[in-house]
Amino acid sequence: MSKEGKEPMFSAKNMQSFTNPFNKNNPVLVQILGICSALAVTVQVKPAFVMALSVTAVCALSNVILSALRKTIPDRIRIIVQLVVIAAMVILVDQFLKAYVYDISKQLSVYVGLIITNCILMGRIEAFALSNKPWPSFLDGVGNGLGYGVVLVVIGIIRELFGSGTLGGIKIIPDAFYEAGYVNNGLMLFPPMALIIVGVIIWVQRSKNKDLQEK
Amino acid sequence: METLNLFIKSIFIDNMVFSFFFGMCSYIAVSKNVKTAMGLGLAVIFVMLTTVPLNYLLNEYVLKAGALQWISPAFAEVDLSFLSFILFIAVIASFVQLVEMVVEKFSPSLYNQLGIFLPLIAVNCAIMGGSLFMQQRNFPDVGQAVVYGLGSGIGWWLAIIIMAAIREKLTYSNIPNALKGPGIAFIVTGLLGMAFMIFSGIQL
Repeated sequence: MSKEGKEPMFSAKNMQSFTNPFNKNNPVLVQILGICSALAVTVQVKPAFVMALSVTAVCALSNVILSALRKTIPDRIRIIVQLVVIAAMVILVDQFLKAYVYDISKQLSVYVGLIITNCILMGRIEAFALSNKPWPSFLDGVGNGLGYGVVLVVIGIIRELFGSGTLGGIKIIPDAFYEAGYVNNGLMLFPPMALIIVGVIIWVQRSKNKDLQEK
Repeated sequence: METLNLFIKSIFIDNMVFSFFFGMCSYIAVSKNVKTAMGLGLAVIFVMLTTVPLNYLLNEYVLKAGALQWISPAFAEVDLSFLSFILFIAVIASFVQLVEMVVEKFSPSLYNQLGIFLPLIAVNCAIMGGSLFMQQRNFPDVGQAVVYGLGSGIGWWLAIIIMAAIREKLTYSNIPNALKGPGIAFIVTGLLGMAFMIFSGIQL
């Protein structure tokens, strides 16, 4: 990859592949990828945040590796090669989480392993990393990971605030509210409500971006 | 009795889609008509039914702490469970390749309809999730793993068929433009999930 020097590192095109995932090409809201974990880990903000960082790390690293290898991988077995690279990255992240934030790693349980089957990774590798150089692929990976993370944290905030009245474990809704008859919405903590929240977020986003709407 | 209980539980109470959100990506994308949904659902049942027991054996005889004892007592201390992600996904990916070849040979029209989503079964979280939950739950024998795989597969199939049938009707209804497509699909899934919550607490 020695010819990279021709294009400036932060050229408009590169920046676009970094910023697009936040809005017009958001992996969760527009491409409808990686929903499983987006919904399952968002009962509280903290695990959602950790999950977002893990996915960003895995996405960026595997994008770079596969982009560097893209000319040597035979087309027919590429899916298996991709899965092996992703799985290796996920094992690294998993061991890291177990070592430094054991409680949260327990809370995330199988969903760390499920980063492997998170469609964002496969989707980005197929759509971007296999046809681009490592540096833009890295930006694309970080951008998509963070675009996913933003949605995750937003859902986490809504669910934790209305479901248990806290944010990141700290009490937000004052006691006076509860005395006045306010009750936490327990349904927020159940799976179905997460789906409805995503539906509503998609609704809001599409009403703003008219060109995303389906005819 | 316990086995039957596990079977019913994995279909209705611990439904892959409604209580764990597994396999959401293909669930939303392929549930536009019943025929395609049926094809994908059956493929998922087959892959689940085969990969969960296979991974169970792999976990029991290779990966678990002390699992290699059957080779020689010297291996009693070996714990390979950190390798489980990579081996599980390898088993799943090769099985999906097999299913893909079978479908291509016997039903080219279904193959064309499923398109990109057939290879994507490999990254369908429902299947990987099934194997990971199997590992977490420590089933006592391989029979339970078979029943769990079959039950979870049927649960996923049931969910996508219901959804596809509803979405076929939804095309005739008057939905706000911005909500069309995935938006309304999520909300309907949420409502279905609430309906499925009724089953929780059933004991046989």
